[in-house]
Amino acid sequence: MSAVRIQGVGVKLGDTQVLRDLSLTVAQGEFFVVIGPNGSGKTTLLRLLASLLSAGSDGIEIFGRQLNDYSRRELARILALVPQQVHMDFPFSVRETVLMGRSPHLGLMSFERVADLALAAEAMEFTDVSHLADRRLDQLSGGERQRVIIARAICQQPRLILLDEPTAALDPAHQIKILDLLERLRQEQDVTVIMVSHDLNLAALYGDRLLLLCDGQLDHVGPPIEVLERTRLERVYGCTMSVEADPVNGFLRISPVPARYREQID
Amino acid sequence: MTGPVMVSARFGLGGRLFLLCTVLLFVLAAVVLLGLGAGSSGVDLREAWIALVGQGESIEQTIVRRIRLPRVILAGAVGATLALGGLVFQALLRNPLAEPYILGVSGGAAVGAICGMFLGLAPFPGVSLAAFGGSMVVLSLIILVAGGQVSFRQDSLLLGGVMMNAFCGAIIMFLLAISQSTQAQKVLFWLMGDLSMITADRLPLLLSVLPCFIIILALARPMNLLLLGAESASVLGINVRLISLLLLATTSFMVSIVVSLSGLVGFVGLVIPHIFRLILGSDHRLLIPACLLGGASYLIGCDLLARLLSVGGELPVGIITALIGAPLFVFLLWRSGP
Repeated sequence: MSAVRIQGVGVKLGDTQVLRDLSLTVAQGEFFVVIGPNGSGKTTLLRLLASLLSAGSDGIEIFGRQLNDYSRRELARILALVPQQVHMDFPFSVRETVLMGRSPHLGLMSFERVADLALAAEAMEFTDVSHLADRRLDQLSGGERQRVIIARAICQQPRLILLDEPTAALDPAHQIKILDLLERLRQEQDVTVIMVSHDLNLAALYGDRLLLLCDGQLDHVGPPIEVLERTRLERVYGCTMSVEADPVNGFLRISPVPARYREQID
Repeated sequence: MTGPVMVSARFGLGGRLFLLCTVLLFVLAAVVLLGLGAGSSGVDLREAWIALVGQGESIEQTIVRRIRLPRVILAGAVGATLALGGLVFQALLRNPLAEPYILGVSGGAAVGAICGMFLGLAPFPGVSLAAFGGSMVVLSLIILVAGGQVSFRQDSLLLGGVMMNAFCGAIIMFLLAISQSTQAQKVLFWLMGDLSMITADRLPLLLSVLPCFIIILALARPMNLLLLGAESASVLGINVRLISLLLLATTSFMVSIVVSLSGLVGFVGLVIPHIFRLILGSDHRLLIPACLLGGASYLIGCDLLARLLSVGGELPVGIITALIGAPLFVFLLWRSGP
């Protein structure tokens, strides 16, 4: 069974057609990365899947069931979203934040049971934030905070996890740490990962398949080697690109080429 | 600020809740006894206790039962309701400065209540419903002014509230001016937040806030999630629109009830949640009971102070709460600035 199945979906926000006639499937347990220029509809697609848009959710199936048929609570039990930024006007502790992931599994009045506390402890262990459990969220660094939010998502015990540029504000070491974590989650618990990223190199490193969006339309979907083709990227992003395989490990390295180097290539 | 968190590490949530309620109930009991014992002839706790539990029939004991007890009950209920009202508005608008009085919701309820009084409606349900109507109108206007979105900009929200307060104040003065009623003086006093006019026969009206407390208590965990923003709350399984509407209506209703009984008592919903957030953190499962018990104690204490400070005549309790609350508001606003 596919985790996500989208058929002929379009989204119009105001007067702009943000997504048009999009059809694709994401297999269970896949690491799926959505790439594309600014304003190409990446985040809209993610919000659509998380049922945060009122329009356009017809034609989407999550684990074989129409997205519209899920209640908020039901959806929260199988799908978690890691947003680009979190609000901290009223800061909670790390432990409280992670425990919120249990919400969709709890009754209205009930407190968390021992099992919930254990799951939260496990999630914090997994993302290596146990030592921060009693710290306040607004006192953490960007990388630590991101790991806490991922721990909260894990605590939801989702089968599908959506991430909106989870590594945007992080240094390379932290980027790899977060993405290795997702990779492990996928391998150990068969969680499907759909990630939006601007970082083509990370997409090449981690994605099983990539979706390249351009102006709200599917440009290409497939393994990195197919999607990250130089001429395609140059056409979609509108700038000169350099794509080559890493001599040691074989993965693709993508970089835009600044004007000062362009003559040398030509 | 590691204080709240240190405590959470040592006790579970249930343990903390028990400890919190025990301490606050003890404080409440002490303040109630003081409130009953204090009078023009000084504080007599023994008399108050006998009147409360025994069958004493002296004049002093009759005063305690007939005059002071209703007043203390009213102060407790008003304090609990306003503190909880502030807490709910702060969660809904994700703004620690939101409060029924500051937002003008209390003012709207007052306009409604005065209209009801001048139309000669019964205190319940007539005046209370008119007050509820007034508060809902103001609330809708504020949300419209602030952009009609779930994410309210802090400044536009507060400005909207200031505007609403000024407007409601003008309407009230206008109504008083054209009314030619002999009641005008009494209404003015009531407006400043007055607990002295309560009689025992109107106390049952306060029972209608109890279901509101229960509804809000039941929504404690969803309220935690609302603090994360509408989208995060949705993704964690909350029907944000439904919960927000329920909370808004419930809160406006209970605030309207107490406004129609006690007038405009300001800043309780600012001071009490702020203090408890410093001590307990942001978890509403602790904050709601804390605000109920703490708010009750606070207003009974303020009323006690008002009675002790007024040598001749009465000092409205709203004056005391404003003297304490307004400087705190300014301080919080100053600290939240860039």
